[in-house]
Amino acid sequence: MNAAKKKNDDVRTIQVKALARVEGEGALNLTMRGGKVENVEFKIYEPPRFYEAFLRGRGYEEVPDITARICGICPVAYQMSSCHALEKAMGVFEQVDPAIRSLRNLLYCGEWIESHVLHMFMLHLPDFLGYESAISMAQDHGAIVKRSLRIKKSGNDLVELLGGRAVHPVGVCVGGFYRAPRPSEAAALLPEIQSCRDDLCDLMLELAGIVQFPKLERDYEFVALCPDDEYPMNLGRIKSNKGLNVAQEEFGTVTQEQQVEHSTALHAVLKARGAYAVGPLARLNLNAEKLHPRSAEVLQAVAKAIKQPLPWRNSYLAFLARGIESVHALALAADLLGNYTPPVRSRIPITPRSGIGGHGTEAPRGICWHEYRTETDGTIASARIMAPTSQNQKTIEEDLCQLAEQVAALSDEETAMRCEHLIRNYDPCISCSTHFLKLTRTNV
Amino acid sequence: MPSAPPKVAVYKFSSCDGCQLQLLNLETKLLELVGAVEIAYFLEARRRVLPPPYDVGLVEGSVSTPEEEDRIQQVRRDCKYLVAIGACATSGGIQALRNWANVEEYARYVYAKPEYLSTLETASPVASHVFIDFELRGCPVNQYQLLELVSALLTGRKPNISTHSLCIECKRLGNTCVLVAQGKPCLGPITQVGCGALCPKFNRACYGCFGPMEQPNIPSLGQWFTERLGHTPRDMKRMLRLFNGYLEPFKQASEHYERKEKGG
Repeated sequence: MNAAKKKNDDVRTIQVKALARVEGEGALNLTMRGGKVENVEFKIYEPPRFYEAFLRGRGYEEVPDITARICGICPVAYQMSSCHALEKAMGVFEQVDPAIRSLRNLLYCGEWIESHVLHMFMLHLPDFLGYESAISMAQDHGAIVKRSLRIKKSGNDLVELLGGRAVHPVGVCVGGFYRAPRPSEAAALLPEIQSCRDDLCDLMLELAGIVQFPKLERDYEFVALCPDDEYPMNLGRIKSNKGLNVAQEEFGTVTQEQQVEHSTALHAVLKARGAYAVGPLARLNLNAEKLHPRSAEVLQAVAKAIKQPLPWRNSYLAFLARGIESVHALALAADLLGNYTPPVRSRIPITPRSGIGGHGTEAPRGICWHEYRTETDGTIASARIMAPTSQNQKTIEEDLCQLAEQVAALSDEETAMRCEHLIRNYDPCISCSTHFLKLTRTNV
Repeated sequence: MPSAPPKVAVYKFSSCDGCQLQLLNLETKLLELVGAVEIAYFLEARRRVLPPPYDVGLVEGSVSTPEEEDRIQQVRRDCKYLVAIGACATSGGIQALRNWANVEEYARYVYAKPEYLSTLETASPVASHVFIDFELRGCPVNQYQLLELVSALLTGRKPNISTHSLCIECKRLGNTCVLVAQGKPCLGPITQVGCGALCPKFNRACYGCFGPMEQPNIPSLGQWFTERLGHTPRDMKRMLRLFNGYLEPFKQASEHYERKEKGG
């Protein structure tokens, strides 16, 4: 769509005016000269909504409900990051009960399942199988689409169990939950979660057999939360495969939201290191040994089927990483539901105070890091939010430069489709990216 | 009746994508819906775009940039029925908080080079710009109301969407009243029904995400909150000025409490 061809010597410009099948609004401009990439512009024209600005002056208890509205696809990630950061600001972070932490993981399982499965099957798989949308894909692969919709729904069911609705759930508060589920509600959900877990295990093996993954290997710096004893969701130091190892609070000081000259982009880089990648591939490469046993089995089988052991340095394989993480989330959710007893209290008491707290959690697309400063009555004095897509944006651009050279011989339409496919490897949630409008980078 | 299925378009303006996602969250019902209509324009879900005109246009998001100001006019021209879906499209949404602030200061606070931004002073509802045929409230919209709306438009009848107070639904569901029994500042008495009374069910006060009901008595509830529950005018302003704060009469009432906060 929108592929326009302008002949001017041997310069050709490929434009994708509106990226389809991404959450939000983006566009891509690619200028090539004689098979060499001259310019790549991955533009984000999502209007600014100024969340950090209007959070100032609001009450701390309101924050999880407000930041949820940054993104309708991953509201739980915003709620979780806000809660942890504010619990640090209020000095109660260490007091949160393990039972509350388990419920937070259960909620996050729901969001990972619904977000990952939505992206994999509704937005990304059509690229691999050669369809313009899941609607067209359903005509030939109806069974796969139906199975995936059912699995996605099981993720929504988990979020609804803890928050009433899948988009902007209402159950979360700073300090825990307004209400814990009844044992009967948890038990009622268990059989469906188990069944979806088993079905997704099968589906992943089928997919590994039929999907071909384009080759595009790069030496990424993968950054993810790395807790000692579990696959990352809510807690853990922030580490990379190239030696980064910082406490949660320090992440804001080792990253920099850069503005490139002649562009309105703000994108995060590691100071003195450059671009980095967050998300399912980063988490999997850094934490594979902590996967749930059911998911570890699937990883082993899938890696064998595609003949590629970890680490995976090909962003197309993020498709499989999402599936493996979804199996993990379903298996973990089944365990948590199976062992569920209501917590003694669903939330811890909080006395407002002035303080500062920074914390990131693993949104489906990668680290979502928040920092808040509060006044003595709990009013927000300052807010900083780093969304996953703003952290991945520079990496996406660098990928595009490499891909464009590979596809130089193809038609403009085909090149545009290949570039779109690559962008979708990152599941870019552009609504989340409160911090950039347009990205322009000239490759000399 | 022509044999071609009606064409549906889904548009995004300034928003979080959550209301569009509610369409995809219809899951199995989505497949039935897709069978009954032609999804002609829905960028979040499909690459293929059919040319206008469209029979039904669903608009998510508020109008907050010069580009959107122009685009909404074209959208109106392209659609026979135009429906605003969700709090952003019907009230301006949370980003309408800028309407009481200095946008330049907001831009300087968030962006290093605010001069590159292209944005309007206000974030406003779709109905401030073009005629709309129907509105669906909610942050996010209720997916079953969405289904009811599309079904009604396709069969040529009025959508069956209630506009009374949330309290009525909450009582029907048998929830314990969090305002009367627990003294929580619940906005249910002045909020439009549609969410399923989720917040009281989850042991918390309604925060008004479906916006004002028909003819709410805000002064009476405000008196209860301030005199009996000890809330300040600033608390009242914050409660009213959230996801539907720019929609009358929440807007006017929030301005009343703002004046009181500042010593009026």
